[in-house]
Amino acid sequence: MATSDLITPAPNTWCPGCGNFAIEHALKDVLTGMIDGGTPREEFVLVTGIGCHGKMADYLGINSFYAIHGRTIPVATGIALANPDLRVICCAGDGDCYGEGLEHLVFAAKRNVDITLIIHDNRVYGLTTGQYTPTSPLGFPGRSTPAGSPEYPLNPLALMVATGASFVARGYSRRLPQLRQLIRDGLSHRGLSFLEILQVCASFFNQTAYYDEHAYDLDPSEFPTRDVDRALRVAREWDYSTDSRIPLGALYRTRLPTYQEHLAAHRAGTRDPASAIRGFLDERR
Amino acid sequence: MEEFSVLIGGRAGEGINRASAVLNRLMARLGRYVYMYYDYPSLIRGGHNFAIVRSADRPIGTHRERVDAVIALDRETVRQHASRLSPGGVLLFDSSVVRESVGVPVPLDEALDAEGAPPITRNSGMIGAFCRAAGIPWSLVETVFEREFGRHAGINLRVARRSFEMVEERIRIPRIDRRPLPVLTGNEAIALGLVRGGLDTYIAYPMTPTSSILHLLAGFASRTALSVVHPESEIAVILMALGGAYAGSRCAVGTSGGGFCLMTEGLSLSGMAEVPVVIVLGQRPGPSTGLPTYSCQTELLFARHAGQGEFPRLIAAPADASEAYVWSARALELAWRFQVPAILLADKTLCEGGYSAVIDPDLRVAAPDDRNAMMPGEPYLRYRITPDGVSPLRTVPSAGDVIKVNSYEHDESGTTTEDAEISAAMQRKRREKARTLGEALRAYETVDVSGPDTARVGVVTWGSTAGAVREAVDEQPLRLVRPIVLEPFPTEAFRAAVDGLERLIVVEQNWTGQLEQLMRLHGFGADGRVHRFDGRPFTVEEIVSRLAEVV
Repeated sequence: MATSDLITPAPNTWCPGCGNFAIEHALKDVLTGMIDGGTPREEFVLVTGIGCHGKMADYLGINSFYAIHGRTIPVATGIALANPDLRVICCAGDGDCYGEGLEHLVFAAKRNVDITLIIHDNRVYGLTTGQYTPTSPLGFPGRSTPAGSPEYPLNPLALMVATGASFVARGYSRRLPQLRQLIRDGLSHRGLSFLEILQVCASFFNQTAYYDEHAYDLDPSEFPTRDVDRALRVAREWDYSTDSRIPLGALYRTRLPTYQEHLAAHRAGTRDPASAIRGFLDERR
Repeated sequence: MEEFSVLIGGRAGEGINRASAVLNRLMARLGRYVYMYYDYPSLIRGGHNFAIVRSADRPIGTHRERVDAVIALDRETVRQHASRLSPGGVLLFDSSVVRESVGVPVPLDEALDAEGAPPITRNSGMIGAFCRAAGIPWSLVETVFEREFGRHAGINLRVARRSFEMVEERIRIPRIDRRPLPVLTGNEAIALGLVRGGLDTYIAYPMTPTSSILHLLAGFASRTALSVVHPESEIAVILMALGGAYAGSRCAVGTSGGGFCLMTEGLSLSGMAEVPVVIVLGQRPGPSTGLPTYSCQTELLFARHAGQGEFPRLIAAPADASEAYVWSARALELAWRFQVPAILLADKTLCEGGYSAVIDPDLRVAAPDDRNAMMPGEPYLRYRITPDGVSPLRTVPSAGDVIKVNSYEHDESGTTTEDAEISAAMQRKRREKARTLGEALRAYETVDVSGPDTARVGVVTWGSTAGAVREAVDEQPLRLVRPIVLEPFPTEAFRAAVDGLERLIVVEQNWTGQLEQLMRLHGFGADGRVHRFDGRPFTVEEIVSRLAEVV
């Protein structure tokens, strides 16, 4: 199959200036390279949640499961378990994955399931027009918190390093070459790849100037590290609320047996249901 | 009917469940049909547990109030159940812990001390004494213990032998010359039925009364190519199942009402995305945590209406283990053929009750018709509109295809749409699929009918309650009418079943009359009703007397 139609004809409805365009094109470029390099196109599966990011399912011309809010990860896990040869990409939003579906994120890391998780973190609910999310800064004046968000933001990178994700990275929608590289690395990594992408929301929380000013690239000779303590220190450099530098790039990477590998090791036996049933009945007589 | 019921009771942790499994095997090996009722509170130690093992010369699916023997491992069993004994019945009690009682004392401490046996063998000791009192030959006791306990049979048998010799034969349970049928719990039959139906993956979060399906299939995973997964919540359970189905795996899940609450968003997704799943829903009394280890029939309307939006679904409620086996296999078959969620509606009585089961390991399960032939050329359209509403089903990876499934309203390709015309066309497609499913169900027995043609009064019931109703009806000029499939409601088969009846009495284990409401919706009124809602299943005696009040 050609890769010229990796962007579908579905009309695009993201706002002008939306960071999702960059993520879409970075993903398309990586897929094009891999498909041209010989990976069959049908082996890629995209799972999305609900929110602006979810439209990726309509816009990318690959297998897709446009799931429900907060539940991308269990769907992606089910796909990956059914067929460990598939390359499962899970695009989710911050409200989606850190709010409604946080339990699944923690378990995906704990299991080290072999999927690539791309979080479109614009730190605001876009599709529902501007409420605070788990990564909005303290005091964020969203539509549900006009007096300012009363909650401290969650630090997803620290959470992921702490709960067992084996590849943890942060990208930014205005650093396209790095974004492509992180997605490529994520797809080639065996185990849970967690890519937190700082994504500009042009309509409800445009942090372009702030990110441009504060972001810096991690030294590739030092990162990603396999040292959890060092990775955690870097993950905590920015707390999503107070002013500080924002590290970008892959910060943690290790190789651990995956969930699929653990499960496959336990599986054996016959494909013949009748003989299995007969065996059980005989024991019961 | 020739029958014999034995009740064994003790504290939780004294192995009452295991003892009932031994009694099941003993009765089955006497050639008898068995039904086992197991009653226990939601705790691990202490509390009162009891099981009733009833056996007869014909198939049975319920217990009676009356029992012919009581085996008491503690005083509480004597206090609660001695009054259930039939005239001439035998009470055996552990005289080391029960001091004052009439009946047959079994000094268990002596038996255990003589063998240096641990307390967990007390149940075996009582069974040894019972076997002697009931005229069961020692050779049969040996065989059954060896099969039930395997390498742990030795010490249990030695204790049983000691107590076997401590009592005299009082009665003799008749042996029937027939090949013994295996005694299966409903859950075991469901698990086997799912395997028969081509199950690839079973996913569940533990919840009474369906947990033992998870345990059984997890054990099975080593001898079949089955995957068994226990995720973080019922939400994850159903969504993993849908992901698996999308990738070509036949998945089933199991839960009870509380877990099913969490599954409802996934159920609706299954309906919209047309990704099949089988849900085993074992009912237990609510609301909320309710009575976790007891039984009810309160989720019929919940199962029927759960999930936002309108979409087709299958609901089948088997009455016993044999039927649960067939309908579990069939639920998988139909869910995949019509790409719908299928709910197997069971309850604690069925799930954890024991039944002499007729299981055909070679039960034929139809493969989905190859609709891909209907769709030559490219591109593949996941939601292609067809005359019967059923689209060709392909799963990832499929070479050359892009397969898109979607929770949003979508066009034939699976791309999101808000177009009015396409939205209406897709709603019509799903409506058409519901109709097609209803028609396909005519090939099966969807309503069970029994009783004389001359009957003027029909007793309508569903699920496990049928066991007690069937026996009550057998003794009277009444017709039993029992829908097995509840959605799509088998209106024509039901109409044929009630033909000629002047009155309909509905028996169900709830207080809102859920089957009765469903019947009314399809044009069938009820003239009387018998309800029970204390978590305990109906007994034959109760149905007989309460039917007499309303008929």
